[in-house]
Amino acid sequence: MTAPLLTIDDLKVTFSTRNGLVEALKGVSLSLDAGETLGIVGESGSGKSVTAFSVMQLLDRAGRITNGRITFRGQDITRASRAMLQPLRGAAMSMIFQNPRAALNPIRTVGLQIADVLRAHEPLSAKEARARALKLLEAVLIRDPEERLDAYPHELSGGMCQRVMIAMAIACEPALLIADEPTTGLDVTTQKTVMDLLAEITARRGMAMILITHDLGLAAQYCQRVAVMEQGLVVEQAVPASLFGAPRHPYTKRLVAASPTRHSTVDSLVVDAGEPAQAAPRVSPRRPAEPLLSVSNLVKTFDNGFRGVDDVSFDLAPGESLGLVGESGSGKSTISRLVCRLVDHSAGTIGFDGEDIGKVTSRDFYRSRFRKDIQIVFQDHGDSLNPRFSAFDCIADPLKLLAGVQDGRELRRQVEDCARRVGLPAEFLDRFPHQLSGGQKARVGIARAIAAKPRLLVLDEPTAALDVSVQAVILHLLDRLRRETGLAYLFVSHDLNVVRMMCERTIVLQKGRIVEQGPSGALFTDPASDYARELIAAIPHFDPEAATARHREAATAG
Amino acid sequence: MSLAAGIARRAGRRALSSVPALFGVIVFTFLLMRVLPGDPAVFFASGPNAGQAEIQMIREQMGLDKPIPQQLLLYLKDIATGNLGRSMNTGQPVVTDLINRLPASLELTFTALLFALSLALPLGILAALKPNSLIDHGVRFLCSLGVCVPTFVSGLLLIYAFYYILGIAPDPTGRLDVFAAQPPVVTGFILIDAALAGEWESWRAAASQLVLPAATMALFVLAPLARMTRAAMLAVMTSDFVRTGEALGLSRRRVVLVYALRNALLPVITIMGIVFSTMLGANVLVEKVFSWPGVASYALDALLTSDYAPVQGFVLLMAFIFVLVNLTIDVLYGLADPRVSIE
Repeated sequence: MTAPLLTIDDLKVTFSTRNGLVEALKGVSLSLDAGETLGIVGESGSGKSVTAFSVMQLLDRAGRITNGRITFRGQDITRASRAMLQPLRGAAMSMIFQNPRAALNPIRTVGLQIADVLRAHEPLSAKEARARALKLLEAVLIRDPEERLDAYPHELSGGMCQRVMIAMAIACEPALLIADEPTTGLDVTTQKTVMDLLAEITARRGMAMILITHDLGLAAQYCQRVAVMEQGLVVEQAVPASLFGAPRHPYTKRLVAASPTRHSTVDSLVVDAGEPAQAAPRVSPRRPAEPLLSVSNLVKTFDNGFRGVDDVSFDLAPGESLGLVGESGSGKSTISRLVCRLVDHSAGTIGFDGEDIGKVTSRDFYRSRFRKDIQIVFQDHGDSLNPRFSAFDCIADPLKLLAGVQDGRELRRQVEDCARRVGLPAEFLDRFPHQLSGGQKARVGIARAIAAKPRLLVLDEPTAALDVSVQAVILHLLDRLRRETGLAYLFVSHDLNVVRMMCERTIVLQKGRIVEQGPSGALFTDPASDYARELIAAIPHFDPEAATARHREAATAG
Repeated sequence: MSLAAGIARRAGRRALSSVPALFGVIVFTFLLMRVLPGDPAVFFASGPNAGQAEIQMIREQMGLDKPIPQQLLLYLKDIATGNLGRSMNTGQPVVTDLINRLPASLELTFTALLFALSLALPLGILAALKPNSLIDHGVRFLCSLGVCVPTFVSGLLLIYAFYYILGIAPDPTGRLDVFAAQPPVVTGFILIDAALAGEWESWRAAASQLVLPAATMALFVLAPLARMTRAAMLAVMTSDFVRTGEALGLSRRRVVLVYALRNALLPVITIMGIVFSTMLGANVLVEKVFSWPGVASYALDALLTSDYAPVQGFVLLMAFIFVLVNLTIDVLYGLADPRVSIE
């Protein structure tokens, strides 16, 4: 039996923070054979990235390995010096990162950056390095590689930047590639091509890969073995089929349940959903004669002549939930901002309650009587809250401005009522955004939006920045709110599974145009357009049932 | 090609947008000079017992008897034709005076900037690489010292130490030792002129005259440059692409100099423009202490004697230089950062 390529043995890492020492890893042990693909999944703060950075010795100043051993090819690299690491990094083990555009030097051409890596490890002339860089760009399937050599990162799309990053990482044929959330922030179809490329390259060159991701579907699809991390510990590791088919650890169970799949419903996401959501049965959206929102021939042309939204029409009934899906640049967020009257449209009408609210400019819309009826929940819950407002102030602000609540006691009562409805404990109301967790900030953002009792809530990727377990709870909350209050939702998301669960009808957008629309169930099981089919096929999925079946097969075969 | 075009377009637009500001400066200085106390006509009369008639004559000669708006129009016309008036003190046209004196100021400022940069960049980088280390604190101390000691004090201290005590610096009187041969004037920059003429003796004399005033100025602007370099380096060193460089095994040198420093220089370039303009105009004290025949001391002398024209000319010149420096910085920025030329 050959020794594993990489072993991590009882690794402990502490970070010194303002609040004293924090133990980020509490004894992690993992091993990886040459050519193997290991997935590490877990939510933020679970220590999966810290593990990767420890292997590469890239922990920032505050982090320190306090215990354990990291062995790479039989060599102890736990406390390796720079002189020892430099020939290893890039040549024997390399890493690709989340947010590929930021990971590339913005003022250096990508050709030179690839050449930098090559020349750091091999004695090449500038010309030879350029020729090799060209070959690498071809290997990562970049179109017009010759031209792209002289491009700067900002001239490439996010997916292209990640390909360049992959080209740099594999330039010197390392034995180990660590991919830290390589496709987070990329569109599903881009994610699929990038991941397929990574899988193909590692398989062909016999490279071992550690794939760090929060997406169970991705880990299930591309890894031979998956380790689940929680709070600095590996709680379970197994082959994907048995891990997702028959999770043993309670945390894994929770994680698997919370991950939206093609069969999950809002209720199935949360293992122990405190209150029964069925208490208020969903009012079946009867189609009243008058739609609440009626958008017709909406066009938005940007200053540079780009048509972000191109002749879009749709209706939304009171109490209905409509999903907008599409890739980045499809115009879904622009539509949500147009409907909210935060941005002015170029042509078309936005009918609300039978009146064309598009006639009021976005600058003056705050005075419109409809301002209070249309509210928005933003994607980034941290950035969309005023850092100097406590949670109470955030929720009270729309009440004061839009609902005209002036009396202090009445205001407090209503804010507390809002907080209770979104499940935010009253003692958190005095905290400031930086003192709240991601899920709590999301709750404040939702409470703020529903405070003035709107009739239409626009949700712009409300859970994109949240961990799956938090996402599950928030989705559950949103679904319950809608049943209770009869709000209408315009739900923008890139996560098709989430939209399928949350919305009765879905619109698929591409390049500012509607390519398909219809009832969510039918659209997802039997898409009519090629584009929708492509989108749905690109969703990485682990099918608990299929996984169970495979697991059973494997068990009987073994 | 497209890069150059982009930069040219940006520079052109910036130049156009500075026209109103320049006009504002012209009007402002014109008005300012009219409300300052003191009557130049009285001052320039032949003596304290000059008659009313003589003063009136001088006044008419200077156009001071006309209404203010008309004076402004005349002034604008003069500027348009390149006539900035005549200095009462020197008797020369202001344009000639400025042309004669500007190279002295520029030579001093450029040298000082060079000194400051060659000191500030390494210090800033070292401080950023080891934050809160001894080096970092040392640099911080030096910067504080440079900022809080006025230039006339540090200038005098330098003269005291290097001229009076050590005797290695020449006497602080102007650009060139009286005994050194003045090279033929081509550019007005003595160092360049001497080099062109091959008169290395003069070159050395001029350089040694330049060292102390330039060092004095450099010390004063060390702080903004070094601190900005440090801050920018600190930010860049924690950025993702530096981490990428580390993760892929680039040498420390390459990571620091090519990946980090080039990015960190972008904000430093901006600060450099501001520092340059400040040094050129505001360091009149250095020129005074070292008897440097520059434009700033010229303007101060004129101001003290209520000599309008040179002061107006000086302010206008500074405004023009400021615009020019901004344009240069823009072009430099466009070259240094490929992202800006794409709007």
